[in-house]
Amino acid sequence: MARKPITYYLREDKMPHIWCEGCGHGIVLSAVLRAIDSLNLDKNNVCVVSGIGCASRAPGYLDFDTLHTTHGRALAFATGIKMMKPNLDVIVLAGDGDLAAIGGNHLIHAARRNIDITTICFNNSIYGMTSGQYSPMTPTGKMATTAPYGHIEEPFDLCELVFAAGASFVGRGTAYHAAPLSRLIAKAIAQDGFAFVEAVSQCPTYFGRRNKMRNALVMLDWQKEHAVTKKAASRLSPDELEDKFIIGELGTRARPEYTKRYESIIEAATKETDDDV
Amino acid sequence: MGNKTSIRLMQGNEACAEGAVAAGMRFFAGYPITPSTEIAEELAFILPKVGGKFIQMEDEIASISAIIGASLTGAKSMTATSGPGFSLKQESIGFAAIAEVPCVIVNVMRVGPSTGVPTAPSQADVMQARWGTHGDHPVVVLCPTSVAETYTLIVEAFNISERWRIPVIFLMDEVIGHMREKVAIPDPGELNIVNRARPRCKPEDYLPFDADAGDGVVPPMADFGTGYRYHLTGLTHDRTGFPTTKRPEVDALIRRLDSKMDKAKQEVTFVDEVLTEDADIAVFAYGITARAGARAVRDARASGVSAGLLKVKTLWPFPEEHVERIASKVRAIVVPEMNMGQLVREVERASKGKTKVISLTRVDAEPISPQQILSALKEV
Repeated sequence: MARKPITYYLREDKMPHIWCEGCGHGIVLSAVLRAIDSLNLDKNNVCVVSGIGCASRAPGYLDFDTLHTTHGRALAFATGIKMMKPNLDVIVLAGDGDLAAIGGNHLIHAARRNIDITTICFNNSIYGMTSGQYSPMTPTGKMATTAPYGHIEEPFDLCELVFAAGASFVGRGTAYHAAPLSRLIAKAIAQDGFAFVEAVSQCPTYFGRRNKMRNALVMLDWQKEHAVTKKAASRLSPDELEDKFIIGELGTRARPEYTKRYESIIEAATKETDDDV
Repeated sequence: MGNKTSIRLMQGNEACAEGAVAAGMRFFAGYPITPSTEIAEELAFILPKVGGKFIQMEDEIASISAIIGASLTGAKSMTATSGPGFSLKQESIGFAAIAEVPCVIVNVMRVGPSTGVPTAPSQADVMQARWGTHGDHPVVVLCPTSVAETYTLIVEAFNISERWRIPVIFLMDEVIGHMREKVAIPDPGELNIVNRARPRCKPEDYLPFDADAGDGVVPPMADFGTGYRYHLTGLTHDRTGFPTTKRPEVDALIRRLDSKMDKAKQEVTFVDEVLTEDADIAVFAYGITARAGARAVRDARASGVSAGLLKVKTLWPFPEEHVERIASKVRAIVVPEMNMGQLVREVERASKGKTKVISLTRVDAEPISPQQILSALKEV
């Protein structure tokens, strides 16, 4: 399969993008596009939905049907789209604040229904658009404008949360490991059912500077040093694993998909009508 | 559904649900809340029979969000709620207004604020229906006065929403929602059904927010998944649908959206004038209160008072021409409302001092009685 240039999927006339120098979101977005390309999806059949935040500006640059919604609600909007046009490949792009804080309820319920939407969380551990407040993914002890004395809360393990809620597929990657991230996203899109990928990204402007990571290179190095595959993790001691996080495919299961399940309702309802007449 | 006759005894919420389906509504997302829940229950049953879909979402915000998403695929979509849920939906109603996504939001009003009296009627969301979301935005608010009218007026709600690409608020009250009355179901062929204008141009020529490609006010709307590949955002945007903060473009967008209310006004204003020809005193009423008003007007006439009724079914845009015309003929306009006096201020404004405007309020979770209105008519 001939690979299309990435510009095939971009609205180049809408550039330059809004992201800061060194931001990881462009790498994650290109991983999404390469995944779409590898699956040879029809541009007319892909719908990308987002909420509010830095990551949520991504759909504007993409040459699909694209929808930039209200804060946290991308999955709810996407649910309406997917229900009425189940043949569309619906992809949600969202930041960690958008998805895990204000949109947390929609995240767990979309996973529970197992509706065939692929969700990519651009996790930079901070609210970038509003200049650096702590998010549900900010690690304990880190600094943020709203955690001037250091953050005292524990972050979610989003993959565990979403898998426990019922998703068909969860996995994690990083901007540093761009090629494996793209393959992971391709698997997520191909999965029938709710699929979730946490893409660890970097925000040098609002997270890095405040947390002694002076630029994107340092942050990418951090991703390289701290991300381990499941296989590598199995060889490490609990002490060695202490400050690491696992990347790769973290959970897959076959469960009935929601819009396909809805067909059984239509069948039952129309049968009843037939019997009635 | 096997029913041979078109005369039925229906509940208001049931009429709302069935009228919406008759209007072509095929997607409903909702969340249980008294006193609107029967609408969701009815639609969970009916929609899959007619090729539509129903979903009970995880909350009120998800429900309004889902119907906006569904509408983008071309499906006529609706949600239904009551006061607390209506408050929660406001942000996304604003999204539907700025992104120009047709949808209908039903609010069966109950006593507020907050949890209030969930099972009792009120008309206290009249101002929220107009101004609930932030920012200047167009919105049409319809309010039925009977079960039969609920059926036909909800069809108009969809027609207006599709024609003008705006959210339409359908304000019922708990009495209309739960009351059962005789309804002559119109033959589907008798109903005027309006569908949104779709683009006729090639996808590469499509400018999704270019109103000049339509009638100068409402741009044609492409369905998602049909190759037009366009962008929608809640940010102020230019004709291509992309965010802009350029002052002239922001100004043009807000003014064009607002102008929908002026342009649509004649078409969306439903006011019945009852015995107003020779009236020297008028009642301005809406919802279930208009029924009490009608009775009070009849009784007043029987006792020699020449009363008339403005039965108002379109609350917003406010029917100021009707009010001004009446104000110039009568000694007084009595405005009974199941709230502390919300639309009475609009009546005063539209009357321009030409007549006395009297507010009648009731907030004890009971409907206003004909007697209460009659005494006011006799006292003036």
